[in-house]
Amino acid sequence: MSETPTYIGFEAYTGHIPPSIPSAVQQATARFAVGRAARVSELPQFEQLRQIASDIRLHTIENMDTYLLRFEEKVTAAGGHVHWAATAEDARQIVLQIAREHNVKLAVKSKSMATEEIGLNHALETAGIEALETDLGEYIIQLAGTGPSHIIVPAIHLKKEEIAAIFSEKLGIDAPADPIELTRIAREILREKFLNAEMGVSGANFLIAETGTLVMVTNEGNGRMCTTMPDLHVAVVGIDKIIPDWESLTVFLKLLARSATGQKLSTYTQFITGPRRAEGEFGPKEFHIVLLDNGRSDVLKDPIGREVFKCIRCGACANVCPVYKNVGGFAYGWFISGPIGAIFAPQMLGTPTARELPYASTLCGACADVCPVKIPIPTILRHLRRRVAEGDQIAASTMPAPIAAAAKLSALALAQNWIYRFGARILPPVMALFTRDSWISSAPYPLNRWTKSRPLLAFTAGFRSWWKNRNAK
Amino acid sequence: MPKAQLFITCLGDQFYTKTLQNMTVLLERLGVELTFPHEQTCCGQPHFNNGFESQAREVARNFLRAFGRSDASIIGPSGSCVSMVKHHYPELFPAGTPEHALAAEIASRTFEFTEYLVNVLKVTDVGAVYPHKVTYHASCHYLRELGLKTEAKTLLNAVKGLEFVPLNEEETCCGFGGAFTVTYPEVSRSMMENKLKNILASGADTVVMCEPGCLMNVAGGLHKTGSNIRAMHIIDLLSSK
Repeated sequence: MSETPTYIGFEAYTGHIPPSIPSAVQQATARFAVGRAARVSELPQFEQLRQIASDIRLHTIENMDTYLLRFEEKVTAAGGHVHWAATAEDARQIVLQIAREHNVKLAVKSKSMATEEIGLNHALETAGIEALETDLGEYIIQLAGTGPSHIIVPAIHLKKEEIAAIFSEKLGIDAPADPIELTRIAREILREKFLNAEMGVSGANFLIAETGTLVMVTNEGNGRMCTTMPDLHVAVVGIDKIIPDWESLTVFLKLLARSATGQKLSTYTQFITGPRRAEGEFGPKEFHIVLLDNGRSDVLKDPIGREVFKCIRCGACANVCPVYKNVGGFAYGWFISGPIGAIFAPQMLGTPTARELPYASTLCGACADVCPVKIPIPTILRHLRRRVAEGDQIAASTMPAPIAAAAKLSALALAQNWIYRFGARILPPVMALFTRDSWISSAPYPLNRWTKSRPLLAFTAGFRSWWKNRNAK
Repeated sequence: MPKAQLFITCLGDQFYTKTLQNMTVLLERLGVELTFPHEQTCCGQPHFNNGFESQAREVARNFLRAFGRSDASIIGPSGSCVSMVKHHYPELFPAGTPEHALAAEIASRTFEFTEYLVNVLKVTDVGAVYPHKVTYHASCHYLRELGLKTEAKTLLNAVKGLEFVPLNEEETCCGFGGAFTVTYPEVSRSMMENKLKNILASGADTVVMCEPGCLMNVAGGLHKTGSNIRAMHIIDLLSSK
């Protein structure tokens, strides 16, 4: 799964959402949101930390080349190999090449959004290499044959009964709907695989330029096994994950787990600087990192849109987003969902592919309130809507012509108040034809899209004449 | 005597005649001298929020013409429309131009109704009587863009006979979102249904808010379910005797 989409039909998808998805998603996100709120209230400096984190991210975005080169230098000095991938295809080829050189038959994977982005599993499998997800959520969705539906909880849309059914069907066993038992089953299968894999694949939460260190923030321990048990470790990481130094890291570590899962710190925080240097040390003999651009450099040129790269992938925006909670992650059509996905995909894939996503929001602003790095998501949504509606230096308008025409006509009427006032006089009698007992339960197009969900109030438009009569007395 | 111009908003104009009348009477009773610039139409937010910025600018110019003739405060019954004028009008015109200066000046004297009462007039008790169980929905732009967290509740608190009951997920969007209701009607409906579920569970017989848009959405939803719960604009509740 996770093929790069050619068109993301948010509306088409949201017309037929299985009711089990919002129900599962709301249950889980509510738990995270409550946890987050509790952790935040314990930390009086939280607001200050958000501002510092935002400043560091902006600084890094503006100096990304410098920090990436420093990172490359340090990784190389530590004995690791740095590969630059301009496109997803480049990244896939680099990983495949490394795998072939090492005669890899089985690769174990730690949770990584970058490998979802490039569709690595599919590429490996096509080349005859088994790629196995070892994060429990990722393992479940790999069995189910879907992509992730939440940044940090890939199988958030599934309830335990559904997971048991997937296990039973795909593993040919009789799996009970018991989380502990399901975990035990997965654990047993995965343990065997860890011992036999020739290659471990991971992503990263942060790349520290100062020392060439890859940071992984995880909870299950599988990430540690993927990156220490096989002799070969290949990391695929978006260039936006770079941070300047360890001091910056302390800020992000205070924010990440609190914002994501409501933990003070995740169970594992792992630091990897190159391969092992001596026998007896932990870690693989060879360490490779693929730095993935895949369009990021182009997005970095847009001073408003580029703030999307401040993201530290905590998922807090999705956990509070009323749209996400009612549609689930698949509605966003690509591997990053929720409000951050709605500003990520249209920039990475272009508005011709993802023009519906910037509109997948009521601009309620709940996301921006919780974002630990203060990404102004509603502002970027409006910016991208402008790109869709009017076009800008980055892309021409992709708004369907009838909607653009309606917007222009309505603006003309609203900008010339005599037209508006004329309209306001004829609208009530016209709409009265559709009105019963002060309500319009079925209006003509386009208001039928309102009335299919709830009736519309009768048009009264009586204030102006009231004001006039009362002041004439 | 404070002077103010009534900013009735296009939704108010079309759908909420009684609320606008109540707003007029209430403000006059509090000693505010009111004028009504009849050239006003819409603030342009529907265009602005949907990416049609050039069109929003044209509509905003009409607003600036309508309200720029007087230097009196501008008061509207909608947090969302007021936020458009207050926060987004200055963004529509390049800094340094006369239009930007006018937009910024107008923004500085535009107030949402409850904000004007509590923070400008310093009035918290308007003498209303409403012996009912009331819950409150915090509208998104009122809450987050204008930052009005306590004003509505302060006013409700002073209403005689009113019993306030909390609303679970008070600060969660009701699914209105302007054009969102017609762009993604199914999603809008599920969000509205969540809001209704919480309203029903609150035990209130009245749900109050400060936003005509949310009100149309919630009232429509309640009507459809056949519920007896009243959805009210806070102005109408504060006008109850």
